[in-house]
Amino acid sequence: MNSWIHPGLVISIGGLLIPFIPWKKVKQAYFLLLPLAGLAILVATSAGVFGTIPAWPDSLYKYNVPFLQYTLDIVRINKLSMLFAYVYVVAAFCMNIYALRVKNDWEHVVAMIYVGSALGAVFSGDFFTLFFCLEIMSLAPFFLLLFRGTKKSAGAAVRYVLWHHFSGVCILAGVLLHSQQTGSIEFTTMPWGWGGEYLGSNLILLGFVINAATTPFHSWLSDTYSEATPSGSIYMTAYTTKTAIFCLIMTFSGVPLLMWMGAIQSVFALFLAVLENDGRRLCSYHIISQIGYMVAGVGMGTDMGINGAASHALCHIIYNALLYMGAGCALVVVGTAKFNETGGLYKYMPISFWLYMIGGFSISGFPLFNGFISKAMTIEAAELIHNRGVYLLLEGATVGTFLHTGLKLPWNIWLQGRDEPRPEIRAKLKDSALNTPVHMLVGMGVLAFLCIFLGVYPWILYDMLPYPVEYVPFTVTRIFSITQMFIFAFLGFWFLRKLLGGHLGYVIDTDWLVRMPGMKLIQFCNGSLLKFGSFLDRSVVKSSAFAVSTLRNPSIEMRLTPTAVGLGVFVTLILFVIFLLARIGV
Amino acid sequence: MNPGQNDIIILMVVAPLFASIIVPIVGWRAKKLCYSLTILAVLISLFSSLITAKTVMNHGPVQYYLGGWKPPWGIEFYIDHLNAFIAVVVTFISFLGVIFSKTNVENDLPNKEGAFYSLFLLLITGLLGIVLTGDMFNLFVFLEVASLSSYALIAMGEKGAMYASFRYLLIGTVGASWYMLGVGYLYIVTGSLNMANLSELLPALYQSKTILVGFAFILFGVGIKMALFPLHAWLPDAYTYAPSAVSAMVAPLMTKVMIYVVIRVIFTVFQPEFTVDMIQATSILSWFGVLAILFGGIMALSQTDFKRMLCYIIVGEIGYIVGGVGIANATALKGAIFHILNDALMMVCLFFVAGMVMYRKKGHRISDFKGIFREMPFAAIIFTVGALAVIGVPPTGGFFSKWYLLLGGIEAKHWGFVVALLISTLINVALFARVFDKGLYVHGHGSDHSSESTDHSSGTLVQKTPLSMWIPAVIVILAILLAGIFNQAILKNIVQFAVPSGL
Repeated sequence: MNSWIHPGLVISIGGLLIPFIPWKKVKQAYFLLLPLAGLAILVATSAGVFGTIPAWPDSLYKYNVPFLQYTLDIVRINKLSMLFAYVYVVAAFCMNIYALRVKNDWEHVVAMIYVGSALGAVFSGDFFTLFFCLEIMSLAPFFLLLFRGTKKSAGAAVRYVLWHHFSGVCILAGVLLHSQQTGSIEFTTMPWGWGGEYLGSNLILLGFVINAATTPFHSWLSDTYSEATPSGSIYMTAYTTKTAIFCLIMTFSGVPLLMWMGAIQSVFALFLAVLENDGRRLCSYHIISQIGYMVAGVGMGTDMGINGAASHALCHIIYNALLYMGAGCALVVVGTAKFNETGGLYKYMPISFWLYMIGGFSISGFPLFNGFISKAMTIEAAELIHNRGVYLLLEGATVGTFLHTGLKLPWNIWLQGRDEPRPEIRAKLKDSALNTPVHMLVGMGVLAFLCIFLGVYPWILYDMLPYPVEYVPFTVTRIFSITQMFIFAFLGFWFLRKLLGGHLGYVIDTDWLVRMPGMKLIQFCNGSLLKFGSFLDRSVVKSSAFAVSTLRNPSIEMRLTPTAVGLGVFVTLILFVIFLLARIGV
Repeated sequence: MNPGQNDIIILMVVAPLFASIIVPIVGWRAKKLCYSLTILAVLISLFSSLITAKTVMNHGPVQYYLGGWKPPWGIEFYIDHLNAFIAVVVTFISFLGVIFSKTNVENDLPNKEGAFYSLFLLLITGLLGIVLTGDMFNLFVFLEVASLSSYALIAMGEKGAMYASFRYLLIGTVGASWYMLGVGYLYIVTGSLNMANLSELLPALYQSKTILVGFAFILFGVGIKMALFPLHAWLPDAYTYAPSAVSAMVAPLMTKVMIYVVIRVIFTVFQPEFTVDMIQATSILSWFGVLAILFGGIMALSQTDFKRMLCYIIVGEIGYIVGGVGIANATALKGAIFHILNDALMMVCLFFVAGMVMYRKKGHRISDFKGIFREMPFAAIIFTVGALAVIGVPPTGGFFSKWYLLLGGIEAKHWGFVVALLISTLINVALFARVFDKGLYVHGHGSDHSSESTDHSSGTLVQKTPLSMWIPAVIVILAILLAGIFNQAILKNIVQFAVPSGL
């Protein structure tokens, strides 16, 4: 049986219809139904309605279309793609609940196309389909950013699309080189190494690494995610980077370079987060740090490393959406998520605080929350290959993560030791404990439930992983050591809490490397290049004006003025030199 | 040879030619009739070009002897896969352009209907003649027909058009004269003007300096006409100030037809062994293509006027095609020929958008695009498709031609071209991101307006933007998508055979 309904297609095409539904309630119900329809298809696929899914790394192929001299495998279903697809649709469902009240229908449309293309990417079996989906994925957030309508967001949108188009161009060039060498465009493990014959592979790797926001190419993420609309940014957190992780697992597992990049990244991003004042930007740095774990897992390439990367991607989507929603709540309700402006909101929005804290515990890797069951797996994988440096970096990052997202952010937004928020913020709040819109809380609630459920009962996740799991997360040593770390981190925070408040400022990190040359390029284009262009144009105008006046009055223009004589001699000389050079050349 | 099929060929050129004589006379009495007559004439051309293309696809190249004189003494129309393909592109785009011209002519050029449509038809005649003819001198005649009518048409535009047109006239005439000189040189040596005959006579004379000079003159002349960097300076002004309908048709077609001439001259009149191997003209061409791509892209970035930006994009796109021709392997040439179609389609699409915005907002600066996504969502959709095609996002046609061009560049190890192409896609993203930014502009927190306004504005807009503007626009975006989706069919059935043998 070769038929299969592509959930990505259902969600994208279905999303296009949203603006044309006239009744509001129906529209909202339809908006929620879209990801559920995707989920239904996935469940049916898992149940084997469309044919059994073979064991990893074998896959089930559908829709093989001849294309150019290749064959496109538009759909390739294997255990890994099913895992990602599941979490994509479930996350989309929760995000849709959270975004239910957004008035701009086109934002919904773009978000659904985005989700659909991400699904298309994880199910693609060849580089061409993958490139197509990634290309759409790079354009959708561009619109989510523009919909915010501020000047800053417009700038961020352009930077976003340029970064991602650059990565797209790298992938395209790499695929072309690769297909030129091997004649295949299959989306599968790539050879990797240094040197000219691996140029194609390295270009593809560069494209994926940029998409995954790996250090030193991470700056686009913190730069742009914090500028989107509150609900739009949540979609952005989940799909682009995780799809890139999926691609890396498929193509470059076991590349040692990635292991080190990931490990360094997981710590490096935390240092930048220390300076951060904006709640959403702080969460962005934590995305980068968490991606470090996944990239490191991919780089190790062992069964456990891959399992760790895949499961961490899944858990990360869930808790990170929750964190972003929490910070977004403050933004929606009081219009800011900057630490120097917030604080003391607990009394007015306690439920969102506690839901956020569940996310915070998860990202830090508390036992019984989902971060623990996946993050610990990657760290253990590093332990098993006896790589002390990577192990220590990853373990150390856990502490920093807890410090920032589990303590600093909630402290600064909701508490700061005040009972009441600042007066200008207080004016925007109602006198009740339920300032956050209910649908937002419901969306967060579902995610929070998933965080705890997977944390308590991880085997449902472990069954879905590509390699069989012989890993028991809850051992006494591990729980003891991690609790110890958290207790001391908390104590440290408590004594230094005054220092960790917000300060106004803007952290420029590696985007300096792009911004400064970019500025120079723009200056060059606006200045010298434009001058050169208009000089060319002007000289043409001059020559035609000369022709006009010559035609009108030949005798004046043909006078033998000194300039004219000089020019004539000059031209003759040049012609003579060209003639001589041509002679020598021949 | 079946005579019935031959007559169809000449109909392609004769229908617009005769109509151009009748139209001004009819326009004296009934102005309305001009438009319908023009459409009728172009429709006849379109159908005959389609039938010809079908014949060529089924039975191979066809010929038509003008006046029954046999070549090499008489003039013949010789149609193989290459010019059958280009002829369909030309007639198709002209057809859309004529439909689109209605409101533009009514509003901006009152009482000039007769003259406008007559010139428009002459332009189409000239372009088709260039494409169909198998005679070097006849090509020059048609080239002058097309050029003279386009000078006049451009001069009908807004303020500044007259001057731009006069510049274009001066430079264009130089280009045409150089072409003429080159043909003269060839004639001196060979005594023949027929392309097929020339290609038989020339190989024996490849060592002759006269042939070399003639070839150089022809290439320079055509290079000016197709605005190949650095000979492009006339193009931006001329097409920016021209009336919307004129720039929508001249801009995509004139340059593309000239590129056809280059392909003809390099690969049919002269053989690849001369142009590619002996004098390596193609490798020089390919580097000019690279420069054009980069220069066009960067100049486009610094423009504030939408039409001017498009003009520089054209300069860049010509670089793509010329580069593809210059690489001179089968893959790249396939891409280049396919890109002639795609580029014509996407440029006509974007110039249509410029025309619509001009119609509503009386300007075509990028700042005039502010809020078009809310006010004219329809034009915004058309713009989006056109922009995606230029950027080269699949499944639009633009992606596939780029794919072949890149593949060809990699095959030939011409890294300069590959890198320039990739950079230029990035530049294109930045270009259109600016317009998107303006177009999606929302007033502060005005996002709640947009949902309602899109609902009922689509009802009112249909009345506001006339039918004659959006029908061709819809056809063209469908064509862009179909060209992408059915790229295999197009490549396998036509383009593949259009690639000259010997590569």
